Amino acid sequence: MKDSTIYQRPESLQDVPTHYCPGCGHGTAHRLIAEVIDELGIRERTVGIAPVGCAVLAYDYFNFDVTEAAHGRPPAVATGMKRVRPELIIFTYQGDGDLAAIGIAETIHAANRGEKITVIFVNNGIYGMTGGQMAPTTLIDQKTATSPLGRSFQNEGPPLKVCEMLAPLDGTAYIARGALNKPANILKAREYIKQAFLNQIEGRRFSLVELLSACPTYWHLTPGDSMKKITEEVIPNFPLGVIKDER
Amino acid sequence: MSKMHALTGNEAAAYAMKQIDPDVVPAYPITPQTELMQTFAQYVADGAVQTEMILVESEHSAMSAGVGASAAGARVMIATSANGLALMWEIVYITASSRLPIVMAVVNRALSGPINIHCDHSDSMGCRDAGWIQIYSENCQEVYDNMVQALRISEHKDVLLPVMSTHDGFIISHTVERVDALKDEEVKKFVGEYKSLYPLLDVSKPVTYGPLDLQDYYFEHKKQQAEAMKIAKRVILEVGEEYGKLSGRSYGLFDEYQTEDAEYIIIALGSTAGTAKAAVDDMRAMGKKVGVIKLRVFRPFPAPELVQALSNAKAVAVLDRSEGFSGIGGPLFQEVRSALYRKADMPVSGYVYGLGGRDITPEMIAGVFGDLKEGRIHEDEAFHLGVRE
Ligand SMILES: Cc1ncc(C[n+]2csc(CCOP(=O)(O)OP(=O)(O)O)c2C)c(N)n1
Repeated sequence: MKDSTIYQRPESLQDVPTHYCPGCGHGTAHRLIAEVIDELGIRERTVGIAPVGCAVLAYDYFNFDVTEAAHGRPPAVATGMKRVRPELIIFTYQGDGDLAAIGIAETIHAANRGEKITVIFVNNGIYGMTGGQMAPTTLIDQKTATSPLGRSFQNEGPPLKVCEMLAPLDGTAYIARGALNKPANILKAREYIKQAFLNQIEGRRFSLVELLSACPTYWHLTPGDSMKKITEEVIPNFPLGVIKDER
Repeated sequence: MSKMHALTGNEAAAYAMKQIDPDVVPAYPITPQTELMQTFAQYVADGAVQTEMILVESEHSAMSAGVGASAAGARVMIATSANGLALMWEIVYITASSRLPIVMAVVNRALSGPINIHCDHSDSMGCRDAGWIQIYSENCQEVYDNMVQALRISEHKDVLLPVMSTHDGFIISHTVERVDALKDEEVKKFVGEYKSLYPLLDVSKPVTYGPLDLQDYYFEHKKQQAEAMKIAKRVILEVGEEYGKLSGRSYGLFDEYQTEDAEYIIIALGSTAGTAKAAVDDMRAMGKKVGVIKLRVFRPFPAPELVQALSNAKAVAVLDRSEGFSGIGGPLFQEVRSALYRKADMPVSGYVYGLGGRDITPEMIAGVFGDLKEGRIHEDEAFHLGVRE
């Protein structure tokens, strides 16, 4: 009988429902990573580092080994692991609070040292896990639980552009930004993720992919309106594309 | 005249902060403290306070911003839980040694790892040697009352030590209770204007905060902190009494419940004291002579006062909501046992309970009283109450 399967659960994902809210980007991001790991045939030598944030339970969803790190510390944990087991494929999975606020020092120094790791950075512009407070990536005028009048440039500064900040560092090999708001962007994001893993397989240095992602629950929007917000407000602040490719 | 409110513990703390209207509040969210800061952020946005609220990138920075603001002469209040407090650690000590009167609400949560968001006292107990005054609250009313008093204690010129005012995560922080709040003007008057004794840029009296302090003076400075902690005991009592005159609710170092003729006494911190009081009521109804001491102030530790309060008991049990990993028992047990050193005939029994939010019930507390009565005393090694073997 001819196999006519055109879509199935990647082996790198477990067959379980997730706890993510409707319209949240974490599920899509998990799937893209899982597909890429399957495609590259590295499932049995990949280790993920899970963040503290909404993706804290990522180890329940990925079907490979995952280590939990304290809030903001995944790049440091990944560094330790990769230095001891360079043959493994190590990636961190981090939110914008984890990577760009509390853990920004680890991010910059892992990048600057040129650690041969892959960083997947899910930017939803908010601290989702703790209930929707302002993050470094929150847009100007965006209302959050800790900025009820909207983020102000004067008090809180502009949204932090992590990719543009890291790209000039000599330690970084690959920096790209995708968005999880529509199929065309999601397919593009998948390419970036694949390249970021390929770089590690081929021994290149620090690779980071930022994924612009929705948090309908704390943006107080429907999933559909959240996707529109990414198109109309988030992407103009965080331009998409490959920002650095050393190859 | 006061006003009744229905508030969670976090809202009660935020409400006290609103009435105090501190100059600076640095904030970083962590469960279960989050609602406290969100409620306060709303007060800021509504213009109900004049506070400069700084949304920083981590707790380490939050406490550091607090140090900077306080050294510059501002009244600073702050809040955190568990890992947030752990990340502040370095600056927690620096705040105390710089003698900066910062008040911090600690919403007690189990420290990682493993990751857990529910209540135990491992976070604040980890800071017991940091040089902060520590006050534990039993319910939402006490959260409010203690926040207001904490500031007065902290800023007292003979004390000048930071204060942690703690309440149990979720059990108190997320539970709505009746809170009898003072009027805004009453709180304003009670806490008064804050005037730093050693402000920056007083050119006739230049100061340095946190300088290098080696073999020459470090030791003397530590001794001064220890002395201030001793004086704090007196000030805590004075402030507690003055607050009582204002509110009808006076406060001491600990609270004695049915202890006068009690043969068996349990000592506990926080919300568990309330559970223990309920257990005592049930047992008293059956004619059992039991009582509870709720320790309000853990730092400074009221050792002689406790010894006095326990002088007629036949045996005492100490309930710790944190593990000390000493092989002996939790921090409260060790302090009480050491306080009772000269009363060699007093059996002191240690229990560790409720880690990571595990429930403690009146039945379990009745069981502890039963142990005391029947002479099952855990004096060399605390018993883990409610754990599965
Ligand atoms: C030291 C420390 N401080 C604060 C927290 C509380 N905390 C948990 S998750 C989180 C924010 C997560 O936001 P983000 O990284 O953007 O991920 P998201 O939940 O939005 O996916 C915070 C502040 C913590 N766990 N540890």
